[in-house]
Amino acid sequence: MVEIHGLPIRCRIAEVVRNGTRLVGEVDLTIERGSFTLVLGPNGSGKSTLLRLLHGLVAPTQGTVAWGAHATRPPGQAMVFQRAVLLRRSAAANIRYALDLAGIRGGEAETRIAEVLADVGLRALADRSARVLSGGEQQRLALARAWALRPEVLFLDEPTASLDPKASRAVEDIVRDIHARGTTVVMSSHNLAQAKRLATDVVFLSEGRQVEHTSAAQFFVSPRTSGAAAFLEGERL
Amino acid sequence: MDTFSDSLSVATGLVTQFDARLATIVELSLRVSLTATVIAACIGLPLGAAIAIGKFPGRRALTVLVNAFMGLPPVVVGLVVYLLLSRAGPLGALGILFTPTAMIIAQTVLIVPIVAALSRQIVADAWDEYREQLTSLGASTWSAALTLLWDTRFSLATVLLAGFGRAVAEVGAVMIVGGNIDGVTRVMTTTIALETSKGDLPLALALGIVLIAIVLILNAAASLVRGWALARYG
Repeated sequence: MVEIHGLPIRCRIAEVVRNGTRLVGEVDLTIERGSFTLVLGPNGSGKSTLLRLLHGLVAPTQGTVAWGAHATRPPGQAMVFQRAVLLRRSAAANIRYALDLAGIRGGEAETRIAEVLADVGLRALADRSARVLSGGEQQRLALARAWALRPEVLFLDEPTASLDPKASRAVEDIVRDIHARGTTVVMSSHNLAQAKRLATDVVFLSEGRQVEHTSAAQFFVSPRTSGAAAFLEGERL
Repeated sequence: MDTFSDSLSVATGLVTQFDARLATIVELSLRVSLTATVIAACIGLPLGAAIAIGKFPGRRALTVLVNAFMGLPPVVVGLVVYLLLSRAGPLGALGILFTPTAMIIAQTVLIVPIVAALSRQIVADAWDEYREQLTSLGASTWSAALTLLWDTRFSLATVLLAGFGRAVAEVGAVMIVGGNIDGVTRVMTTTIALETSKGDLPLALALGIVLIAIVLILNAAASLVRGWALARYG
């Protein structure tokens, strides 16, 4: 892995406002190296915006975000979006494209492409056009593309939201493996069972603001706020 | 009706026997319009992509302008190019008025706005979808533009066909800047106009048949390519 040191990510009383609406606010947290942070909260609570803020895709309207010693987004980050955006070319070429932008070409690129496609079980589909793959295959390819970059931090926006249980499980296994190899992961999810299996930290959002940021061990046993407790209760029903 | 059926049978004969005069006219028509389309693609596609994703002052005004110019009247384009290329005009020294080159210039001016405006729409739609992903991967605006042009290549091919269709079928611009000189600047549309007024209906009709056939074949080909691309690339 390339040493970039865009960690820890420090977010200080940050807020994102678009057209007069606060998408997310009161964000005050630090993403530590090696953590697996799960962003939880009901629909519309600002989970996607928080991930984009931490990834540097949107700038805070108020407050600050810093990546290690960097004030602007450093390289060494990757993000998998809720709906995989794949280019109209083969699966392998999609990964090659991302590597090329990161300055990795030639033999090294080809080795990595073969490796990550094998990691996500898509080796046989390397030459198939990415856009005709199934939803689960597309999401695994998006993961492979992100993983090929060997990111310091990987952001995942509800990567299993639209997948059936089997495909969802496959994605979860890959994500766990990526985290185990030393990548810091920040993921939003609706799936509490999956959250419990993966997370070391939980950020809970409600109505566009950060309600709490605690260790996963504590959050799932005794959340600090009543809002989080109610959310956990509701999801269990 | 007799005139029509008589003319039609003679016209069919001309087409099926590859009449030499007919072939020369068709060949010039295709050469002029294809060249204009290629040049318009080289200008219009980058221009459309730049307006779609670039951030520069006057972008909105430029969008309005290319959209408005999609409907440029060919005769007006012909007139302006004529004034520029005429002996007294600023480009008169080139001496290319009443040559196929002048016709290529006029048709290029006519279809650059079409190519730019339609490709702008296609690239802008794709940009909405790809923007965050490409930014996340660290693509610069320049490389994002190239990526989008390549990823929308099948839709853009249809745009170029629309441009070619407009060029090959217009008569006003090439008539003015080409002069409709027999054997030199006479293309399908100008010949049809001339022969009709002279009363040589068979040749006019034969050219009409060829013109419609070309447009039909192109559209059928475009439809086939799109179908194939959708199945192959999604």
